[in-house]
This record gives sequence, structure tokens and C-alpha cells, in this order.
Amino acid sequence: MGKIDETKSGKISIRNVTKVYDPDGANVMALDDFSLEIDSGDFIAVVGPSGCGKSTLLNILAGFDTLTEGQIVLDGKNLASIETIPKPGNDRVVVFQQGALFPWKTVMENITYGLIKSGSTDLDEIEARAREFLKRSGNLEEIANVYPAQLSSGMQRRVEIIRAIINDPKLLLLDEPFRAMDTVNKAKMHQHLLKTYQENKKTILFITHDLEEALFLADRVIVMTTRPGKMKLDIQVDIPRPRDQTILASDAYLELRKKTVFAVREEAQKAFERGEREMA
Amino acid sequence: MRIRLNWRAVLSILSFFVIWNLCVIFKVAGFTEIPGPIEVVVVLFNEFLFTADYWQSWLISFERVLWGFVIAQVLGIPLGLFLGSSTTFRNLVFPVFEMMRPIPPLAWVPLSILFWPTNESSIIFITFIGAFFIITINVFEGVQSIKKEHIWLAKSLGANDFRIFVFVMIPAVIPAIAVGMSLGIAVTWNVVIAAEMIASDSGLGRLTWEGYVSSTAPVVIVGMISIGLAGFISTLLVDLLERRMMPWKYKR
Repeated sequence: MGKIDETKSGKISIRNVTKVYDPDGANVMALDDFSLEIDSGDFIAVVGPSGCGKSTLLNILAGFDTLTEGQIVLDGKNLASIETIPKPGNDRVVVFQQGALFPWKTVMENITYGLIKSGSTDLDEIEARAREFLKRSGNLEEIANVYPAQLSSGMQRRVEIIRAIINDPKLLLLDEPFRAMDTVNKAKMHQHLLKTYQENKKTILFITHDLEEALFLADRVIVMTTRPGKMKLDIQVDIPRPRDQTILASDAYLELRKKTVFAVREEAQKAFERGEREMA
Repeated sequence: MRIRLNWRAVLSILSFFVIWNLCVIFKVAGFTEIPGPIEVVVVLFNEFLFTADYWQSWLISFERVLWGFVIAQVLGIPLGLFLGSSTTFRNLVFPVFEMMRPIPPLAWVPLSILFWPTNESSIIFITFIGAFFIITINVFEGVQSIKKEHIWLAKSLGANDFRIFVFVMIPAVIPAIAVGMSLGIAVTWNVVIAAEMIASDSGLGRLTWEGYVSSTAPVVIVGMISIGLAGFISTLLVDLLERRMMPWKYKR
């Protein structure tokens, strides 16, 4: 192993995390003794059916929610435990499923929001950096002064990814960011995300219910059981980077898919049946 | 307001006046004491349009609406923000608010006259009541529907509570404020006219009422047209203001 820049490494240790929601005394266990070690710069995808606790995991990591038991450590520092009050920070920025650009701010204002708040005062320099990011993200400089509502959902998501990455977070949390997109746009966004990852090498936790997407993007795919969320499978994706569409037909990819697809289906089926029971 | 001026629109408006006129000419039941459109226009030109008194009535009513409306915004917006963001404050204040809200503004007229030292201030107070509850409830609901992701993200990006309030909550409720303003301005006109009829000796409402009392029906209709026009102009102004408040909604 070479030298690791301790300040930016992004090594995460999730230790025996349990989360119980207690609305009106009805205990709902979202996560059950979940543990995961993530190496710095790794691209991890977490796959599981709706309601398996994967978003809960992300919210705890981001500091939006508390945990009931266990601990999370980021680069040797305690991030979440029973004693600590959750605190979001710009070392862990989230890109949400529904998109959460501030509609009242222009693209430029959205991107630079975190930098201005975090005390960097040279506005010109910040804007120059934002412009550089926009340019690298597919010549998007011309959208700097428009409002998010004027952009397509794909463009909005790109801007959100820039807004997250420009803060130089240790961990990038992606909560099904491409869920609502059609196949063509999704494929474009995958390519874009892979390129961004190649250039920045941030630790990424990518949450999805789409196994193909997970295998295509990640170094490691975690399959979760339906609620209460536990780890079912931990698969190493040994497909070299940079990746493109051609790997979707490669033997390595198909082999991995074969190994995992039934595990995912099984959990989806269980979740579905439980849903039926809860309705009845 | 969104009427396209085509031949159908012209036909529609022309027919209205023609039918009105025919009803008057043929003395259809109920129309015996009502003047035709031509008579109204004549009265408008001869007795009102070029007199200072008429425009004074406009000015006075506008002033009352403006005061009531502005005070309602100035008090209602912060109240709505606090109701929406603090549970303690909501628990303490909301019950009283909900108790008062169903009381129609005009039911406040007698008490208002007793309470306030001048007639003018009591009319402004009633007008204020008309807009106040509407704006407050709209802002309150606006705060409650703020996307939690926006608050979370602002926190992730390093904003403290004060910054979140100023840079996330306030812009996020601006659309709700705008809705409150649109509804509020319509209600203030309703209220001010009625209040003037009951409790004032000036303004467009009074002008209309005096037309009735002195059995000069054309004056009543002149008053009605003026009030309609005044409401229309106010709505246009509020619309304009809203566009300024929310550039991100209108810039395309």
C-alpha cells in the first residue's frame, strides 16, 4: 500500500449498527446488526428491496438520523454512536433520489453554496472552480446562471453531483439518484458518474434497488435482506476500470449477475409478500 | 384575467350589454328601477369622472386596503414562520389562532368601532383581519411542506440554524406567501367595501351605498364598476410583485 492522505482518505467502518424506529410504540427494526468496512476510494453499491433499511443506513451516515446500537467511524473518528448527536457535515454530501437543488438559487449559487458557507471567502476563485467543474462535466458552463427548473432531470443531477464533489467530501452518498430516469438518460448518467469517479476517486456509497446498475458501477456490491436490513451478500466486482457499456456483455459481468440475481429476487419477493400481509 | 381577445370574447361582452339594455327597455321583472348601460356611462362621465370627490373615494379605499394588507403581511408572515417552525410556540398560540379564525371579518365591525379610537383605524383593522388569517395560515402550511432534503442538505453544506432560516426556509415559503397575498388582496377588497358601507362616510363602498340611499341607481352601478376595477388593478399589482419575489418561477 502506498501512502494514504489521512485528511482525505474516506475510510468508513460501520460496526454492528442497529436502528429501531418506534412510532407509537410499534417497534420497527430497519437495520439489524449491520456491519461494513469500506476502504478509502471504494465505490460501494448497496442493493435491496424498498424498505430494506438502505436509506436508513444512508441517513445515519449523513448525520440526518440517529442509530439505536453500534457505531460508525470515519477515518478513525467517531461519526455516530448512541452517545453522539447526529451532525451532518460537508465531509459527507448526499445526492437525493428526488433531487434537492435549491429551486430559488441559480446553478452557480447552488454549486457554490457549501463553499461560501464553509468560510472560503474568495468568491471569484470559488466561481472559477465551479465553472471548471461545469466545463469538465460536459461543457455545462452556459447553464451557470439558469435556475434548476429550467434544466432536464439529467442536467439537474449532474449539477447536484458537482455541488457534492466541489466540497471535496470524504464520502459521497448517492441515494438512488437516477431512479426516475429513462434508460437512455440513465446510461448517460452512469457514464458520467464513472468518469467523475475516475477523476476524483472519492469513497462512494451508492444506494439502489437495481442490481445491474450496482454491478456496472461499483467495486463491491452489498445485497441486503428485506427488513430488518442485514447483509445477505458481499460481492467483489473485479471488472477493470475505466468501464463502459461493453462490459454489460462480458463474461465476468454475466457471471456476477448470475451469482447475485436470485438473492436479490428472493429478498424482493419476501418484501412483496410482507407488504401483502401488512395490507391485509 | 387570462381571456384571449378574440371574436368570441368580443361577442360575449357585447351580448352582455345588449341583453342588459333590452331587459331595461322591455322592463323585464326586476329591471324596472335599474338603469341601462348607456345611462350609467352618461352619469359616469357627467358626474364622476372629472370630479375630485370621485377620485378621492378611490384613493381612500386604496389607502385602507393597502394599510390592512401591508400590516397583515408584516404580522402574518413572521407569525406563520414561527407557528411552522417551533412546536412549543405552535402549541401555545395555535389554539387561540384557530378559535379566532372562523369569525368573519365583518363580525368584528362593532367591536372594532368600540375598541379603536377613530373610525379610520377600525376600518383598517377590519381590513387587516380579512387578510391576516389567510396569510398566516398559508405561510404556516408553507413551512410545514418544506422538503426535509433541502434542510438536510443545507446542514450538510455547513449552514447553521440561522442560515437555514434565512437562506432555505424563507425562500422555500415565498410561493406560499404569494398565494396568501393573492387570496388576501381579494378578501381585503371585499371587506373594505362592506366596512365602508356600514361604518364610514367615505370611499368607494360608501359611494355605492349613498347611491342606493339617495335612490340614484346609476350611481350604484358606477360604484360597482369602480370597485371591480380597483380590485382588478390590485390583483395585477400583486401579480407583478409576486413575479419579482420568485424570479426562479417565471424566468424561462
